[in-house]
Amino acid sequence: MKIRKNAYFVTGGILSGILMAVILTGFFWTPYSTTAMNAAEKMKAPSFRHLLGTDNFGRDVFSRVVSGAGTSFLIALMVVAIGCFFGILIGSLCGYYGGIADLVLMRICDTITAFPAILLALVIISVVGGGSGNIVIALGILFIPSFARVVRTQFAVCRSQNYISSAKLMGVSGPRILFFHILPNTFSVLLPSVTIGFNNAVLAEAGMSFLGIGIQPPQASLGSMLKDSQTYLRSAPWYALGTGLAVVLLVLAFSLLSEGIQQGSRRQ
Amino acid sequence: MAKKRIAALLSAAVLACSLSITGFGATQETEAGSDIKTASSGETVEFVVGIPQDLDDSLDPYQITAAGTREVMFNVFEGLVKPDPDGNFVDAVASSHEISEDGLTYTFTVRDGVIFHNGAQCTADDVLYSFETCAASTTSTAVAGALSDIADISADGNVVAITLNAANSSFLSTVSSVSIVPKDYDSQATAPVGTGPFRFVSRSVQDKVVFERNDDYYGEKPALSKVTCKIYEDNNALFTAVDSGALDMAFHLTVDQVNNLTNGYNVIEGEMNLVQALYLNNAKAPFDDVKVRQALCYAIDVDAILALTEDGHGAKLGSSVYPSFSKYFDESLVDAYPYDPAKAAELLNEAGASGLSFTIKVPGNYTPHVNTATVIVELLAAAGVNASIEQVDWQTWLSDVYQGRNFEATVIGFDAAYLSPDALLQRWVSTDGSNMIGYSNPDYDEALAKAQSTTDDSEQTEAYKAAAKILSDTAANVYIQDLADFVALNPEFTGYEFYPLYAVDFSKISPA
Amino acid sequence: MKQLGKKLFTLIITLLIVSLLAFLAFQIIPGDPTTKMLGTNATPEKAAQLRSQLGLDRPVFVRYFEWLLHFVRGDLGISYTYKMQVSEMLSDKLPITVLLTVLSFLLTVLIAIPLGIAAGRIKNRWVDHAVLIADQLLMAIPPFFFGILACFLFGIIFRFFTPGNFIPPSEDLGASLSYLLLPALSLALPRIAMTVKMLRGSIQDELTQNYVYTARSRGLSQWGILRRHVLRNAMIPVITFLAVSAAEIMTGTIIIEQVFTIPGVGRLLLSSIGSRDFPVVQAIVVIMAAWIVIVNFAADLLNFLIDPRRRAG
Repeated sequence: MKIRKNAYFVTGGILSGILMAVILTGFFWTPYSTTAMNAAEKMKAPSFRHLLGTDNFGRDVFSRVVSGAGTSFLIALMVVAIGCFFGILIGSLCGYYGGIADLVLMRICDTITAFPAILLALVIISVVGGGSGNIVIALGILFIPSFARVVRTQFAVCRSQNYISSAKLMGVSGPRILFFHILPNTFSVLLPSVTIGFNNAVLAEAGMSFLGIGIQPPQASLGSMLKDSQTYLRSAPWYALGTGLAVVLLVLAFSLLSEGIQQGSRRQ
Repeated sequence: MAKKRIAALLSAAVLACSLSITGFGATQETEAGSDIKTASSGETVEFVVGIPQDLDDSLDPYQITAAGTREVMFNVFEGLVKPDPDGNFVDAVASSHEISEDGLTYTFTVRDGVIFHNGAQCTADDVLYSFETCAASTTSTAVAGALSDIADISADGNVVAITLNAANSSFLSTVSSVSIVPKDYDSQATAPVGTGPFRFVSRSVQDKVVFERNDDYYGEKPALSKVTCKIYEDNNALFTAVDSGALDMAFHLTVDQVNNLTNGYNVIEGEMNLVQALYLNNAKAPFDDVKVRQALCYAIDVDAILALTEDGHGAKLGSSVYPSFSKYFDESLVDAYPYDPAKAAELLNEAGASGLSFTIKVPGNYTPHVNTATVIVELLAAAGVNASIEQVDWQTWLSDVYQGRNFEATVIGFDAAYLSPDALLQRWVSTDGSNMIGYSNPDYDEALAKAQSTTDDSEQTEAYKAAAKILSDTAANVYIQDLADFVALNPEFTGYEFYPLYAVDFSKISPA
Repeated sequence: MKQLGKKLFTLIITLLIVSLLAFLAFQIIPGDPTTKMLGTNATPEKAAQLRSQLGLDRPVFVRYFEWLLHFVRGDLGISYTYKMQVSEMLSDKLPITVLLTVLSFLLTVLIAIPLGIAAGRIKNRWVDHAVLIADQLLMAIPPFFFGILACFLFGIIFRFFTPGNFIPPSEDLGASLSYLLLPALSLALPRIAMTVKMLRGSIQDELTQNYVYTARSRGLSQWGILRRHVLRNAMIPVITFLAVSAAEIMTGTIIIEQVFTIPGVGRLLLSSIGSRDFPVVQAIVVIMAAWIVIVNFAADLLNFLIDPRRRAG
């Protein structure tokens, strides 16, 4: 697949590249410790020493935002991975073989997509409890249908195309056709879904953690930090603003990238 | 054509919506059963208070479990006697009380002219009914236990006499927690009726609770004619509301908030009357080893916690008694374990527990406890102890930690349900049902039993202090602090007073 | 028409399944309501007594059907924690959430549709970019962050309103609505952006269709073509999308009510989940699910009326 370069793709690419670099660095090194407290440095406004100021425990907000973004990023990545894996599995089988199972599974997918993720996630989390593992599983399950649907449509189209019929005539096995002949052709459609799904996962996780049912301290994600920072909106507005802007940047970068990919492949 | 059909469909949908809304119950608020409401006397002074928690349990005085509910309902219910801000018991529904020489017989004279909020006259019958009902249904094991020790209770005219099986010097505190309620009134859970200076008007879930002055109150009538408690479960919203002047008063504010108050409200500082500690499961290894517990005491710098979480406000504890309970508070225990990481490491080594790691379960909805736990984790890391936090919701905390005792350590605050050192110390007796940490020490059991059976006041005080010292010596828990409690009050009002237990008294507040 | 009947049937089935799942989910939840009700003074005997008093010791399915029967008749049960009728508790919460949802939805429709049509009529590279960039930006701001920003700017800095000082519509509808404006806008903004982008794309796709050229060659005015042919077709995907939006706005209120401390259904839902107050949680989840299913059905219905192809089929 080739994507023609366009402004969105380039801006999104550069932005997400920078963010990825910062986040990856953050896994190994941050300017300050993300947990070390300092009573003398409580609620300090942004300065050259602390780019985004300090929080109520005197911790460096920038370091925490970087590591929080890392947590959000990893969770979104795992959610998309789960959704994608099972989505492809279900979508490809349904699309290729059709039949009753296809009907029933797609019906279930439709029903799940009709309900906003946050309501379903809330019910799941209230049953199984919060924490990062459960968040990933709950959101992952809820993300399966959107991927399954995209893949299924593509498979249903490809199934009847000439090159597949000839492959069948040549005696290529079902799984081989599925995963080596058709699957690569779905990537161009799947890629925008992945980036959009990634954004939705970031936003969903942030929302859940904001409600206090997601990531639990001392682990921090952008959502749980926003929740904490709301208490200090008046005394340390940089805490909330810095964290919120990080969410916006992360989502914006990937949504520009996704737009760029879509435009690029459309023009082809 | 199509347009008309759409319009018809839309209006049908709207109709269906509005039906479904009005379909849910016609009455919006629960009204207290007050048929005979006398015309209000005195001037109209409305007062709006922000409270930091919803009254989300039963309002029946014997069923209340939340300290936050008890604190507000203090204005509605009274016992025969009630506590005053100094921690003494003053006559309330009783006009006088006498205790016999041997400490076995208590005689109360029911005050003339005490009228319940529903208009009924309060008689000795109601008092007997209240004691019976309370003994049978109270959710407090301590109160139930004390009441079960009554040998005889009887009324003669307006005099109620209570005889005990054994002398109990803190029985008056039990009497104060038996709210006097009208006989055979069965809606206490939703429309409570008591004798207090304010009567309950209505409750709207997660929104507000309204009280009105009890114009028939026998004592000094409150200056406020109507008190609206607006509920702000989000502490930040509470602060924003009080800062904007939408509220006349807010309590349980934090130091950060008070520092940021811009509207010139008066700030009154007191303490929460809580024993906040890192409670350790004494029944579980390695915390069954006194050296490990002492090591943690040395490793945790309480001053640092106060500095980080409360800007140095708050009061250090040392044992299970908080400072405003001044009579029983032992100042010398506060610094029994000065910060000494080297000594901590040494003790851990001796106990063969170096490299210790454990989990602190904290109820996530209580920010002060989460904050304290967060700092503790940092402090312990410096001493080579690897602690981690697991936040649980209040429900899970109650079932797992409190009842299931399935935990290693937790940060929580215990308050005194009634004004007696027993309310704080009894739970650590080895056989007590609420001994969450499984603390089992025959010396302590003996010391507390001795304190409870002593009749001489000063001897008894010393005995209680001795019991509290045992808790400190054996490092039952890592005692942290009694949290600072800040009240912001509109300068147009005055008269807020702190009580040594969880109570907010609206009756003393008046226009300045 | 047959298609419509089928849809109605699936609607009812979906609602039943949702209610069953909502009921079952809260039966397998760890911890039970007696814990909270008895607080720090519970004993096993007291808990057992309370369980039988609440009927929690009977088989699950018996309880489900009993609950369903009562629910249909408007009896939503009694809250474990508040000891009040759930219907009574919801009676002053539901109107607030409905008001917020409706206001937010109206804002979406009233701003997005004219804007989308206007943008759709202009074929210009710069408008393209402007719409797209606005769309990307607004979609990247989570409603709760926008809400926090609004609280900070309009509440704390400019003091246009007092965050947390919500006045219920039963007391003063005007004051209530003006308080709800910012939360409604926070919820509406991303949807407005998406709807404008979608409607514009949809209109421009339609404008390249052959029938437009035919109509134009017959001398129909640009606006006439737009109104009579293009819009009608272009609206179909938009209506479906708006239905999804209406559902998302309803659930979005759960978060936004926390940000602006609005005493609506969402806050009640969260606290009830925390306290294992099953009757309240079940009632709210089923009501929200019903709203979502009904809105989707309404969208199908509207599309059915607009789209002549579907009516014929």
